[in-house]
Amino acid sequence: MTESPTPPPRIALQNVAKRFGANAVLRDVTLEVGRGRSLVIIGGSGTGKSVTLKCVIGLIEPDSGTIRLDGEDITHARGRRRDALLNRFGMLFQGAALFDSLPVWRNVAFRVLQTRPAKDAREIAIEKLRRVGLTPDVADRFPAELSGGMQKRVGLARAIAAEPEIIFFDEPTTGLDPIMADVINDLIREIVSEMGATAMTITHDMTSVRRIADDVAMLHDGVVQWLGPIADLDNSANPYVDQFIHGRADGPIAAVR
Amino acid sequence: MMVLGTLQRLVAAVGAATLGLCAGAGRLAIFAAGSVSHVFRPPFYFGEFGRQLLRIGYFSLPVVGLTALFTGAALALQIYAGGARFNAETVVPSIVAIGITRELGPVLGGLMVAGRVSASVAAEIATMRVTEQIDALTTLSTNPQKYLVAPRLLAATLALPALVAVGDAIGILGGFLVGVGRLNFNEGAYMKNTLDFLEVGDVTSGLVKAAVFGFIIALMGCYHGYFSGRGAQGVGRATTNAVVSASIMILAANYMLTDIFFGN
Repeated sequence: MTESPTPPPRIALQNVAKRFGANAVLRDVTLEVGRGRSLVIIGGSGTGKSVTLKCVIGLIEPDSGTIRLDGEDITHARGRRRDALLNRFGMLFQGAALFDSLPVWRNVAFRVLQTRPAKDAREIAIEKLRRVGLTPDVADRFPAELSGGMQKRVGLARAIAAEPEIIFFDEPTTGLDPIMADVINDLIREIVSEMGATAMTITHDMTSVRRIADDVAMLHDGVVQWLGPIADLDNSANPYVDQFIHGRADGPIAAVR
Repeated sequence: MMVLGTLQRLVAAVGAATLGLCAGAGRLAIFAAGSVSHVFRPPFYFGEFGRQLLRIGYFSLPVVGLTALFTGAALALQIYAGGARFNAETVVPSIVAIGITRELGPVLGGLMVAGRVSASVAAEIATMRVTEQIDALTTLSTNPQKYLVAPRLLAATLALPALVAVGDAIGILGGFLVGVGRLNFNEGAYMKNTLDFLEVGDVTSGLVKAAVFGFIIALMGCYHGYFSGRGAQGVGRATTNAVVSASIMILAANYMLTDIFFGN
């Protein structure tokens, strides 16, 4: 090993593979996310985008390959070590995944409540709610009483409440109307920039890609087909990317009819 | 050739079922051991524990109480009718008390709570699984087994003996009401007869059973919810499996515990 002059990438996946039974979801995923960059992974449904994200965060353990965080191998981190890693992560789930039994502010402050008294945590929660455009009166309501867009915002507030260094977004705009989707895209972009966080997003919404990506990775068939900066997306000369961004039925990606 | 093929498939099916059963038993054992260990290791979620105690214990009181009341009353009638065949009607108070405290209180109470609590715990946790709330807990540095399963296990294990103790008293009251109202027993004599014959062991054995049943109820609810399949169908199946397996395991455990306590 030679000493590298530049710091290692924040997140680096090398030859990551994962199969569920006979179904090889990830075959060979290699990609990097630079410090403070926003990587968006695109690809059709069932191509392994979610599994990739869950491997990095530790919800799924890959069968082979390595995942590095700041150069440190975290592929099989468990117990305290995994907890320490998770403290640096925030995640916004597709369906927001808010805890039904807890009021909004306890959802937002869930992690903060582990270390701080309830009064402080509540103040932090209200501040984060305000950051995502929600008024303090939402704090005492329950998730089931909120609209889909509001739930997504609360989920975003929860993901950023403990000021994580790395934030994961799982299909942040799925199921939202175009206007609300735009609001969420704006919020993600602003928050990631102002926090200086590194972001990893999966989506198949091209509007979202163009709004929040610095870099784009195209995943198909369990392999990264293309990885490059957003500026190169339209002239990638990659048939997979081309077909996907133009939403064509014909091409190397076979559409199941 | 055909016969051989069919035979081969049959053997394969039996083998697959056996392997599946072993894998399921192993997974349940690991799940149970892990969850129990979380009961004793910090951090402790007292709020969650309190909520579960209220939900599993307090809100099950009407169900357990009514079950015990009618069971005690019916038991008194049956024992009277049976006892009359050999002029032993006077055994009604003591047999009602022993029957309720040793067997019917814990078993029927346990089964009723299994229907109520296993189902709701399984449905709740399965929904949390399906909507990724369990994954969300993990990403928020919270062990879902510690946060969701351990408080429910502890609450049910502690709540069931208390519920059954109340149920025992109500069951004996049910027998007393029928005995005095319908069978012309003297009130004082009925009570004296009950207290004279009832031993401490009758009650405590029933309460130990109740604790075991409480553990089974919460464990099966949590286990089936935790490993639920996807979608509404997955949640439905988890709920059914939780109630059925909890009920069967209660009846099996009851036999084993009865053998340990009273079998010679």
